[in-house]
Amino acid sequence: MFEQIQSLGRTGLASAASIGRAGVFLIRGINPGRNSKAVAARIVRQMYNLGVLSLVIILVAGLFVGMVLGLQGYNILVSFGSEEALGQMVALSLLREFGPVVTALLFAGRAGSALTAEIGLMKATEQLSAMEMMGVDPMQRIIAPRLWAGFLVMPVLAAMFSLVGIWGGALVAIDMLGVYDGSYWGNMQASVVFYDDVVKGLIKSVIFGLAVTWVAVFQGHDCTPTSEGIGRATTNTVVLSSLLVLGLDFILTAVMLGGF
Amino acid sequence: MNSKKLELAVGAFMVAGAITLILLAFKVSGLSYQAENSTYNITARFENIAGLGERAKVSMSGVTIGRVTNIRLDTKDYVAVVTMAIDKSVPLSTDTSASILTAGLLGEKYIGLTVGAEEETLKDGDKIEDTQSAIVLEELIGKFLFSKSAAQ
Repeated sequence: MFEQIQSLGRTGLASAASIGRAGVFLIRGINPGRNSKAVAARIVRQMYNLGVLSLVIILVAGLFVGMVLGLQGYNILVSFGSEEALGQMVALSLLREFGPVVTALLFAGRAGSALTAEIGLMKATEQLSAMEMMGVDPMQRIIAPRLWAGFLVMPVLAAMFSLVGIWGGALVAIDMLGVYDGSYWGNMQASVVFYDDVVKGLIKSVIFGLAVTWVAVFQGHDCTPTSEGIGRATTNTVVLSSLLVLGLDFILTAVMLGGF
Repeated sequence: MNSKKLELAVGAFMVAGAITLILLAFKVSGLSYQAENSTYNITARFENIAGLGERAKVSMSGVTIGRVTNIRLDTKDYVAVVTMAIDKSVPLSTDTSASILTAGLLGEKYIGLTVGAEEETLKDGDKIEDTQSAIVLEELIGKFLFSKSAAQ
């Protein structure tokens, strides 16, 4: 009994300390250094790894999510005789919620886990310590470009996800189910507001991008440098960043619907 | 992969992102940069606008010819004053009438204009005199019940 309480306390203290380390880590890792040309080259390389390589899964997932929304929405709306409203339903749900959230979840699985494994392996093979020995700050050289790349790449991916999803919804609605295409696009354009729906969705995705990459690089940098530790850190990245994204989404939605 | 190819890939990615944003802006949210002087404003006063919103369509014979740009309450007479921006290419006669209609049973509210017979046309800032308020279902039911009970 006493031991269990002790272990509970230890776990609590350890997680509090790890949150503190994560905060310090973000502040130290946000500065990419001064040599702007080299910094840009490093960020571009990471944008390729995180963004361009995630493109296929994001586009395919967006297409199918949009198509499913089209099918489900049609079946619900047709019983009210208002299947013309399908366009606005698909567009609003994609732009406001599915675009940012599903992209962030896929991004955590595709890019976040890879980041954790990469940095964890660097730590396990003592590449990070070797850099420090050479007088190169691994926070600037390794962590900062990845954080910035994740931050920049997420809104682009989320916007592409939404656009492909809306197109997929149109494909199902217009070509398969026979909704009149004028009312699909017309109702959408009448109800989607650029700032309230598109821009707010992108603000969400920027925040999610930062959250996911932050968790991923921190878990990699903080892992136990063994093969088992890297495995656990990778799992932690996916679980923690997914939960963080969903929790943050609720808070952000509440704030944004409150008229922010 | 060498850095030249890599930069090219990331550049293409960002350009695709910008194009996506433009498509979302114009194709999906219907944002349009209409020059200030391609429309003229007219106002109309309604007793009840019941759910008409800004950016609602203004149509004539089913063709969209403008949008609602502003809605406010006149605190002197307590009626709603709706400002609409109408396309300059559509001249409206001074006795045009405006009514608030609903697209479908559950659809959005819009303003339907009906053409008049006068030679003179409305100019920027003019007012439509002949208006018809939105039909509110509860009021309609109330009137029906009242006339039923009065008849008995």
